[in-house]
Amino acid sequence: MWKWLHPYAKAERAYQLCNTLLPYFTVVCVATMIIGWIWGLAYAPADYQQKDSYRIIFIHVPSAILSMGAYSSMAIAAIVALVWQIRNAELAVIAIAPVGACITAIALITGAAWGKPMWGAWWVWDARLTSELILLFLYLGVLSLYHAFEDKKAAGRAASILAIVGVINLPIIHYSVEWWNTLHQGATITKLDTKAIDPSMFWPLMVNIVAFAAFVGVVTLIRLKNEILQREKHRPWVRQLLTQE
Amino acid sequence: MIRTHSYWLLFCAVFNKDLKLAFRQRSEIINPILFFLIVISLFPLAIGPEPGLLARMAPGIIWVAALLSTMLGLDKLFRDDFNDGSLEQLMVTPYPLSLTVFAKVAAHWVVTGLPLVLMTPLFALLLNLESNALLATLFTLLLGTPLLSFIGAIGAGLTVGLQKGGILMSLLVLPLYIPVLIFATSAIDTSAMSLDYSGQLAILGAMLAIAIISAPIAISSALKVSVS
Repeated sequence: MWKWLHPYAKAERAYQLCNTLLPYFTVVCVATMIIGWIWGLAYAPADYQQKDSYRIIFIHVPSAILSMGAYSSMAIAAIVALVWQIRNAELAVIAIAPVGACITAIALITGAAWGKPMWGAWWVWDARLTSELILLFLYLGVLSLYHAFEDKKAAGRAASILAIVGVINLPIIHYSVEWWNTLHQGATITKLDTKAIDPSMFWPLMVNIVAFAAFVGVVTLIRLKNEILQREKHRPWVRQLLTQE
Repeated sequence: MIRTHSYWLLFCAVFNKDLKLAFRQRSEIINPILFFLIVISLFPLAIGPEPGLLARMAPGIIWVAALLSTMLGLDKLFRDDFNDGSLEQLMVTPYPLSLTVFAKVAAHWVVTGLPLVLMTPLFALLLNLESNALLATLFTLLLGTPLLSFIGAIGAGLTVGLQKGGILMSLLVLPLYIPVLIFATSAIDTSAMSLDYSGQLAILGAMLAIAIISAPIAISSALKVSVS
């Protein structure tokens, strides 16, 4: 059933897969990012209440969504790494982790910048802010655990275990924090039918979410390629590849 | 290899060994309690001694102090066994490692968690906690401290092979402690308003049940990574 997965256990095949996927992601990323940012920042109508400062939504919301998305894809890679013992999946965990941490930091910083004019404070101990902050801690935990090990094979496995433990805890943390204190507005995008967000703002936001997803994909693929080359640097195919270029 | 002893016998053997080791070196038991006591006595000095304020902050103070003092003992949970090689011996036995780990974590809780629970009435006195909230504090500590031991042991297992694992372990483990902290302090707060807090206790119990089932598996795979 999972036979298609096995060829990619070989580093060379995984590297080739990265190479084939990279152009598609790059094209989608560049195209949607140009469209989305210009549309969102210049053409979408200003909010009647928040005026132009709401436009940070086009960066804040995609990065917040992708911070969760990147963590779940990291956890999926970790499960693949531990269940099927595929070492390239461990490399994928490490490739995603810093990207996810950065995008979580972007979500937090843009959120703070948006909170200052709207709520009157850079930081409030609201449920979503807090769980986003804890998400950042989890990312940093995975990263620092990986870098603490001398032996990178053990490091990859340890980081994978921690990523899985984190993903089990994430919903518990999220709901416990939500239950604890909520100031942040509820989800608006998923309630399109109730007209919680106007279509003229909704569509540029969607384009931006796609752009951020593709951007995470691009950076992860490049990082994964580097990780594979570094791990396999003694193999003949890597030497051949590097002498060719 | 053939299993010559029952699982229960193995559990008792590991549990007794760890308890015996702890009681031979009593500072291991006393130090976390002293730490807990000192942290708690720092708060009135830092915030001010008004009884009302202290009673309001008491649940948070007690729980943060409990988190920190369980972290103290965690670093040693697997370290000695790792250093003298007995952890490897436990791994090559034909018995499941998760059971051994479960016994070790249980012993750790008896040594570090249980004394905290027993000492709580004293701390409550220091912080002006009323009897209603005291009962809730006891219950949450009783359910919460084993949970802390189980979650923390995952971090201890991951970092046991590292030279400077101690501080890294707290970075890994403390974010995972947050739900326990939230529900426990919320239960105590609710009880201080003389409302029903069984909901929060039920959630703590549910989290403990999940941890008892799944944490030993995570801990044993973490230890395998560290030892190999």
